[in-house]
Amino acid sequence: MALPKYTEPHYRIWHYTYLTICGFVFFFLIAPLFVIFPLSFNAEEFLVFSDGMKRLDPDAFSLRWYHDMVYGTKNPWGLAAKNSFIIAVFATIGSVILGTVAALGLSSRHMPFKGLIMATLISPMIVPLIISGVAIFFFIAKVGLAATHLGIIIAHIILGTPFVVITVTATLSGFDHSVTRAAASLGSNPVNTFMKITLPLILPGVISGALFAFVTSFDEVVVVLFLAGLDNTTIPIQMWTGLREQLSPTILAVATCLIVLSTLILVTAELLRRRSERIRGINR
Amino acid sequence: MSSETQKILTTDGIPLEESLKKAEKKNKIKAFLLVAPLLLFIIITYIFPIGEMFTRSIDDRMVTNMLPKTFKAMETWDGKELPPEEVFAAFLTDYRALAEKKEHGKLGQRLNKEKNGFNTILKKLWRKMKKFEEGNAKEQIMAIHKRFRDVKYWQAIKRTAPPYTMSKYLKGMDMYYNEDGKVVQVSEDRRIHRILWLRTLEVAFFVTVFCFLMGYPIAHLLATLPMKYSNLLMICVLLPFWTSLLVRTASWMILLQQQGIVNDFFVWIGLVADDSRPEMMYNKTGTYVAMTQILLPFMVLPLYSVMKTISPSLMRAGKSLGGTPFVAFWKVYFPLTIPGIGAGCLLVFILAIGYYITPALVGGASGTLISNQIAYHMKATLDWSFASAMGLMLLTGVLVVYWIYNKLVGIDNIKLG
Repeated sequence: MALPKYTEPHYRIWHYTYLTICGFVFFFLIAPLFVIFPLSFNAEEFLVFSDGMKRLDPDAFSLRWYHDMVYGTKNPWGLAAKNSFIIAVFATIGSVILGTVAALGLSSRHMPFKGLIMATLISPMIVPLIISGVAIFFFIAKVGLAATHLGIIIAHIILGTPFVVITVTATLSGFDHSVTRAAASLGSNPVNTFMKITLPLILPGVISGALFAFVTSFDEVVVVLFLAGLDNTTIPIQMWTGLREQLSPTILAVATCLIVLSTLILVTAELLRRRSERIRGINR
Repeated sequence: MSSETQKILTTDGIPLEESLKKAEKKNKIKAFLLVAPLLLFIIITYIFPIGEMFTRSIDDRMVTNMLPKTFKAMETWDGKELPPEEVFAAFLTDYRALAEKKEHGKLGQRLNKEKNGFNTILKKLWRKMKKFEEGNAKEQIMAIHKRFRDVKYWQAIKRTAPPYTMSKYLKGMDMYYNEDGKVVQVSEDRRIHRILWLRTLEVAFFVTVFCFLMGYPIAHLLATLPMKYSNLLMICVLLPFWTSLLVRTASWMILLQQQGIVNDFFVWIGLVADDSRPEMMYNKTGTYVAMTQILLPFMVLPLYSVMKTISPSLMRAGKSLGGTPFVAFWKVYFPLTIPGIGAGCLLVFILAIGYYITPALVGGASGTLISNQIAYHMKATLDWSFASAMGLMLLTGVLVVYWIYNKLVGIDNIKLG
């Protein structure tokens, strides 16, 4: 953003001040994530940069905490990772199916009570999580699913569907319904039309909704803390316990892995968003 | 032309209007059937349980169910003097039935909350009543202990008669029913909940303000920079957004600890002495810093999506009409961003008001918020009805915020990207 030559000095000063402020805010946002990275390779047990690390001494760095994360004695991370993935995958599948089908109905112009129904469907997203946690716990406990994977999966479907509903209805808002009518007039049944025409077109929205649902489940700790037993511990629960009791470098190794994972998700989500914007005709 | 308008018919002879209505109805049902599975799912697993929170929070049927005959007999008692013989007799029958089911202890504990010293005299009654003679319950019970001759204890029983109580809500506001059944405040040194409510509001408010102050400039920069730069900078916003909350909290715990990098930096630039490093974690500072960073993307994203739609020519027009850049910004640009500001602030405020994990980890004792208290009662004290009551109070607060927001900005003006 180069300034034109005729800019008066005080605006010039203001402009650079503004850029500096922005620089600080960006630094504030991103820097904390990069602290974890080097410290997870610390050869020592302390969570501060050792003198060796400051001198970039190769002996001060090691993979010891990654080793501990995978092979450590009484290691909770393996089970936690397995549980987290199982729960997140099934919660995502459930959210995507329920959410996409509902979004199809919601974007129909014939839908009665649209506002009220939409508000109900996305309420788990706008009610503070602690309240959702209490309510969902009551339900799961009543049907006897506390401390089971299924119970946690149901809880995460509740929390994940609003994202799917929102992303898919957004994609559908730019959807040209004449293509489905064309398909119908050519003799295609509704299911076939959906699978062959509608779904491929709204897929970016569905997948980004799925990513949201996956991350919501994978990162969720408030509700799981109420629901999980010893066998259903997840990565967030282990991190929570670890952070509460003792901040060990193994947690940083796990955190680094999670940052890598979230980077992958971010890249996927961004690519999808751009594709979906192209389809919706924005940015053209 | 005839005076009657000819009805348009479809090929099969049905009036077109009717036929269209029928098709419309069919479409309506179709659309509704698509939504129905999720709607039912959410209602059963989520909306009903929130309703259950309400019934749980006001439920006080325990004593009502334990002493059915007593309360029936008490209906005619005016509550001013000692109750008549029938009440005593009914109470004795109820209490004997409870003792048989071995539930008399529960009654003692519950009534003891209502009036101190109830548990002792009920235990005494339990020991003595085996030797009671038929009839004349009043005299025999009153003979056991002088408290049975005190009308206040009978009034306490009568107070537990209604199946519903607001006492949990009062407790959430540091109030309770005293012995006369009046609402009074707890003594000043025990008003913990009010402090928590105020602190929650304060934290949510300031975090929202900080997020706004930091988010507005960078959202503006992102929206005005050319694509190739803004995409790169957008990563700075999106990467934290997609990163686990606990990871981000962990990084703040490392940064803010006493031997942490922030303190190292302060010592290095000479702001503080090495031996007097300030405590930045386990207090409100930690909560503010960490929560602001964690919630900032939720402010930036709606602001950005609104600012992206504002044409730069508007600012140019403002300037060309004689406004200084500041006036053009304030009169033209800023009002156009209000929907984004509203959405961002609402989102951040609501997320902040229900925050639990970060304050619990970096907040220490002075950083605990109302959500921590709710979680504590859910998991530690198992006073679920109290947790429900506080949860619903919080929910009411959130709904009020939505309502105010709707009045000020209009809920339809929210843009989430």
